[in-house]
Amino acid sequence: MLDDFFVRALIAGIGVALIAGPLGSFIVWRRMAYFGDTMAHSALLGVAISLLMDLDLTLSVFAVAAIVSLFLILLQRWRALSADALLGILSHSTLALGLVLVAFMYWVRVDLTAYLFGDILAVTRGDIALIWGGGVLAMAVLAWVWRPLLASTVNHELAEAEGLNPDRARLVLMLLMALVIAIAMKVIGILLITSLLIIPAATARRYATTPEAMAVYAALIGAVAVTGGLFGSMRYDTPSGPSIVVAALILFLASLLPLPFARGRKGERS
Amino acid sequence: MRENSGGANGAPRETLVTLKGAGVNRGGRWLVRGVDFTVGRGEIVTLIGPNGSGKSTSAKMAIGVLKPDEGQVERLAGLKVGYVPQKLTIDWTLPLTVRRLMTLTGPLPEREIIEALEATGIRHMEKAEVQTLSGGEFQRALMARAIARKPDLLVLDEPVQGVDFSGEIALYDLIRQIRDGSGCGILLISHDLHVVMAETDTVICLNGHVCCRGTPHAVSASAEYLRLFGPSAARALAVYSHDHDHVHLPDGRVQHSDGSITAHCHPEDGHHHPHDHDHDHDHDHDHGHTSAGEGRHA
Repeated sequence: MLDDFFVRALIAGIGVALIAGPLGSFIVWRRMAYFGDTMAHSALLGVAISLLMDLDLTLSVFAVAAIVSLFLILLQRWRALSADALLGILSHSTLALGLVLVAFMYWVRVDLTAYLFGDILAVTRGDIALIWGGGVLAMAVLAWVWRPLLASTVNHELAEAEGLNPDRARLVLMLLMALVIAIAMKVIGILLITSLLIIPAATARRYATTPEAMAVYAALIGAVAVTGGLFGSMRYDTPSGPSIVVAALILFLASLLPLPFARGRKGERS
Repeated sequence: MRENSGGANGAPRETLVTLKGAGVNRGGRWLVRGVDFTVGRGEIVTLIGPNGSGKSTSAKMAIGVLKPDEGQVERLAGLKVGYVPQKLTIDWTLPLTVRRLMTLTGPLPEREIIEALEATGIRHMEKAEVQTLSGGEFQRALMARAIARKPDLLVLDEPVQGVDFSGEIALYDLIRQIRDGSGCGILLISHDLHVVMAETDTVICLNGHVCCRGTPHAVSASAEYLRLFGPSAARALAVYSHDHDHVHLPDGRVQHSDGSITAHCHPEDGHHHPHDHDHDHDHDHDHGHTSAGEGRHA
């Protein structure tokens, strides 16, 4: 049953899940789900640019996602539109721009669904090296900025007053998100990347008592979702990306069963 | 001048932070302008003023979170700040126990964590998630975190907000104990125009600029204070002495520790002179400015 392509898919998927968990925890804590979605959607513009200019795919997706995130930070200072509206504009216009650009390139035949929903079963050895190399790098950088990032998640000014550099930590977080989107695109697809960041982290919340534990649990839950989703995909002949997300959703729903999400008495805001 | 006029024992204080004509401009409007004050080691400086008067802005300039658009802010080299921000809410999705909160901005020795939790009286809540704490408990946890770092300067932005009256009294006591125990400088922002800790060395009254300053008693008597806060303030700034029996309400009545409220504390005391009361226990040091009456409360 464990054919070679399937083993490659498992290794790649678990690699993505392990870094998506800790990073996704920050996205949940900082309420950046829509922000992450916007960056992920801009990845298609990166794909189009890579095809158009014959650039490395991962590199151009990373560059476009990073530029979009910096652009968003600048636009938010402008304050003429709410952050929410700005995200809506950028999220869908970058996706649409990417689709239009690809359509213009009559000389290339591309399978868009592979980019939008992932094509994990076509993962190569090179992809695995990229995912694990990028994942280990992202993990090391995240560990390096962990304290300022966590402190500024609690309160930006508190972190700054006590000698940390929250602005730099936020910039690093943006770049890490761009990196993870770039390496995760092939596995899970542009439209579903955010779910692999957020659902395992939300599931882990119920079991964790420290931020660090939540990050670790989220990574493990993500790995279980990838494994379950891939086996389901094989068994029922369903697309791999959506199958992984459905598996993550099942884990999340299961975590709700015995006790409510928030164990405390105050209202929950999941 | 006044704010740097010597410590409890008369020795000159080391100045921790100095603001000179400092102001912050946002979009062509001055949030606050011409702010001058210093905070020295062992000194308590309280900023009071109406909403939007620039209290938090001034404090943020003092700790370097905001850069002044005019004037200067000088901080002692390597100044270690402990900060308790205003209106801190921690998202429910972030699992954070009191214990983990303590080392949020830097690692600390175990002993100092325990000392800070004991000093603030929340040692037993070490394992509680911060979102489940009451307003007063959460403020204590934030204060424990700030003091565990052994800061040179402790900045408390409205530390008694959302805390009930007896909790407020307990927090003021705690602030006094922190100052007495560690000798750090304290910059306190008060949301309440009418209640100021008696141990405050300098009250700075802001309203877009410094409108008056001095010891609590001098400020409560100043014409600028009365003009700024209107006739209701004419009953004077209630100075909270750390008197465990009772505290004076802004309207002149007296609340006792059992929660009962009486019109007077002593029959002979006029309710418009709440600062004429004495403390009910001795200090081991003298603040110079605390008004010492002759009698003691029973």
